[in-house]
Amino acid sequence: MATKNNKIEVERIVIKFAGDSGDGMQLSGTQFSDVAAILGNDLATFPDFPSEIRAPQGTIAGVSGFQVHIGHADIHTSGDMADVLVALNPAALEYNLKHVKPGGTIVVDSDSFTAKAFKKAKLDTNRLEDGSLDGFIVIEAPVTTQCRLTLKETGLDSKTIDKTRNQFITGLLAYMFNRDIKLSEDFITNKFAKKPSIAEANIKILRAGYNFADTIEVLSTTYIVNPNENKSGKYRNITGNTATAWGLMAAAEKSGLNFFLGSYPITPATDILSELSKHKSLNIKTFQAEDEIAGINSAIGAAYAGNMAATTTSGPGLSLKSEALGLAFITELPLVIVNVMRGGPSTGLPTKTEQTDLLQSLWGRNGEAPIPVIAASSPSDCFDYAFAASKMAVEHMTPVILHTDSYLGNGSGLWKLPKMEDMPTITPIIAKPNSNYMPFERDENLVRTWAHPGVEGNEHRVGGLEKLNGKGSVSHDPKNHALMTKLRAEKVNKISDSYPKQEVYGDQEGDLLVVGWGSSYGVLFDAFTEVKEKGAKIGFTNFNYIFPLPNETADIFKKYKKILVCELNSGQFANYLSYSLPEFKYDKYNKVEAQPFMVSELKEKFNEILEAK
Amino acid sequence: MTEIKQYTRKDFVSDQEVKWCAGCGDFSILAAVQNTLPEIGVKKENLVFVSGIGCSSRFPYYVDTYGFHGIHGRAAAIASGVKLANPNLSVWLMSGDGDSMAIGGNHFIHLLRRNIDINYILFNNQIYGLTKGQYSPTTPLGQKTKTSPFGTIEHPFKPGELAMGAEGTFFARAVDTNPKEMKEIFIEAAKHKGASLVEVLQNCVIFNHNTHKEITDKVTRADNQIYLKHGEKMLFGKEKEKGLVLDGLKLKTVIIGEDGYTMDDILVHDAQLKDNTMAFLLARMSLPELPVAVGVIRAYKTHTYNDLMDLQISEVRGTSKIKNMNDLINSGNTFEL
Repeated sequence: MATKNNKIEVERIVIKFAGDSGDGMQLSGTQFSDVAAILGNDLATFPDFPSEIRAPQGTIAGVSGFQVHIGHADIHTSGDMADVLVALNPAALEYNLKHVKPGGTIVVDSDSFTAKAFKKAKLDTNRLEDGSLDGFIVIEAPVTTQCRLTLKETGLDSKTIDKTRNQFITGLLAYMFNRDIKLSEDFITNKFAKKPSIAEANIKILRAGYNFADTIEVLSTTYIVNPNENKSGKYRNITGNTATAWGLMAAAEKSGLNFFLGSYPITPATDILSELSKHKSLNIKTFQAEDEIAGINSAIGAAYAGNMAATTTSGPGLSLKSEALGLAFITELPLVIVNVMRGGPSTGLPTKTEQTDLLQSLWGRNGEAPIPVIAASSPSDCFDYAFAASKMAVEHMTPVILHTDSYLGNGSGLWKLPKMEDMPTITPIIAKPNSNYMPFERDENLVRTWAHPGVEGNEHRVGGLEKLNGKGSVSHDPKNHALMTKLRAEKVNKISDSYPKQEVYGDQEGDLLVVGWGSSYGVLFDAFTEVKEKGAKIGFTNFNYIFPLPNETADIFKKYKKILVCELNSGQFANYLSYSLPEFKYDKYNKVEAQPFMVSELKEKFNEILEAK
Repeated sequence: MTEIKQYTRKDFVSDQEVKWCAGCGDFSILAAVQNTLPEIGVKKENLVFVSGIGCSSRFPYYVDTYGFHGIHGRAAAIASGVKLANPNLSVWLMSGDGDSMAIGGNHFIHLLRRNIDINYILFNNQIYGLTKGQYSPTTPLGQKTKTSPFGTIEHPFKPGELAMGAEGTFFARAVDTNPKEMKEIFIEAAKHKGASLVEVLQNCVIFNHNTHKEITDKVTRADNQIYLKHGEKMLFGKEKEKGLVLDGLKLKTVIIGEDGYTMDDILVHDAQLKDNTMAFLLARMSLPELPVAVGVIRAYKTHTYNDLMDLQISEVRGTSKIKNMNDLINSGNTFEL
């Protein structure tokens, strides 16, 4: 038998917390990752919850999960398979078992494995007894009874007591990962600052879990995840949605403009609206409109009035905003549209992730209305791309669509805190009073000047009708329409001159170029790195600037024998590349399961392409 | 405060040729607005006219102020954004019965409910004019139009009833044939802090000529209209010999001196009540039983959305320790690695 002090150092570890929605699994996951950050680990998280707030208790549909990937190593994804699965009921175990690594550890609340629970989960077998868990390390902890016993004297009702079960698990994991229990206690004290009696109960349970783990012999091995050494400085753990909100606010501050958000709640974008609505102290105005259409139109009104304006939504909401996008485009007003993509079409899979709105954002409008499209690639860089989208919008007087998705928006990662003084400048081109203003006079970048109501002498009218070049009055002249169509398109095409260089990782020429866009960056990077380490001549480039494409795109593509475009749709970016750069042949790797890629499946595909002659 | 220049109507005439049909009621509304603007104490550069789609929505092109010609039905949302982005602006929303009652119905009720300080002029000609004569949500039941060759089978909206249902704080009605009254009413709308809805009964000379004739005709108007003024008796008729009384839950027309009714029985108009029950009854009056109400039917003073928004921001700014983005970025759980 191993001794209790058998501690192993690991490079990285993936933990999945799963239980009923309402079991506090999201909280446990956040708590675990926050403590990891304090301990200096790199990390990425990804919640996986049902679309119902409270799906029927104990059912597979009601399983709520939260995956955390922490490491001494650099972490780019929330991880493929879990090293440790926490399952608070049979449904959670059933749903997640296939995502646990062979030989992994499974922690269950053994009290929840009852005949009644099997019935609710529609299971005809007990996984704890039928041999399904052979080959795993299984920790059967009587969590419910332990919690009830621990808090017996407190007078709390059993419903309240059962809500502390997640802290028993946290305590157990703190032992398993050789963590100072004090850090988890501090988290609880902060979280329940306004309810000291609840905080106290949770801390008691946390310690009970820790002590339980210390006592039982099944936990013969514990783990140490050393601090990441590539990171130094001040960090925080941030979700993509929060980072997006902060990026928009940072851009407003940097530009000297007031900020206005017109939005309507929609999963998974709502958190951006809620986050922005907290920051009245920074003069942030948020308007929860009556629908998606009013959300964008109010933002267009605010942009006309001289604010840095944005609207936030997800797929179906973007569809509703299409007509207004055309209005923002033809009036050439700055506006950021954030689309946090989810599974579609229609209502689709609201809480799941997908990259299926690319073609909608590129072409989903009447008339010729090319709008720049960009995409963030990690939870923390949502900040940078929200900032970049805002800068692009006001400096080029155009609406800009920024894509994130459920994976980025709800996922989190470590973010090195920027200093506002180091952020790029943003320079809106605003008309001075009495400037003989002509709304559609353009500068060398074909950008028009922005005249704000309230400023004397620049009174003018804009609108959705075609306008005369320069003066801006309504015009139905055929030649003028052709000219305006061309000028608007050229203006947008010129934006790529201001992009940073498109980065290529690994071999700068070779057998295979792996191409991704947006949120697939992390998992593609890990898969690419592993294949490259085996000696393949492989490069990887991930696009954040989708339309217009970076100027050097063709120069990059021509240096590889094969190009493989990987995306979470049926080939939208690949088809767009075929349309934009038809001189290249594109292999595709697609997944439309409303789940992120896994490193393992990508590696397999890369190797298959590399081996094929 | 800087002195406001004494403007005249000409200051608000743009260089654009007005393209409405000859004889259209919109001309008199445009003139009334241009005559109103010099009298409301607002600098020209602080005026913004916002519109949707339809004949009425060409309005911003003809007024020499800031203007935004939006898309169908969305003027209320656009105007809301303009006002909230810069509450110092005087925002005017020009819309029609198709634009506001059909495609923009949702935005219409929510703008009134929120009480954003916007002056909303609703041109009601009971027809789609720009698309050439289809019935609108205000077209009377049974009317034959391009899309109802056998008569409409839809019950129409009364904009005033919707406004009351949406808890609108200001509702007035004017007729396009009376520029003097229209101007008086527009001035009241401009003065009101909150969403001020003015329904203008407007004639479409081409597709719905004389739709309001019974109300506006010189011969019948004294008997068919009642011009309501706050604090005054509800009287009408050529000699002001008729008045309104409450009969149970209904309004009733009476002749003073007949059936035992005296001047003392006649209702006095109070536009400023919080309770909008009487305003609702007045707004829905229709011929032949009752005269159609014009004038300011409701003007209830309460907080506006824009004032509350600004108040909330200034309160939070006063107490929060977060003064800029650097403060925010470094607040809460941060880790030194």
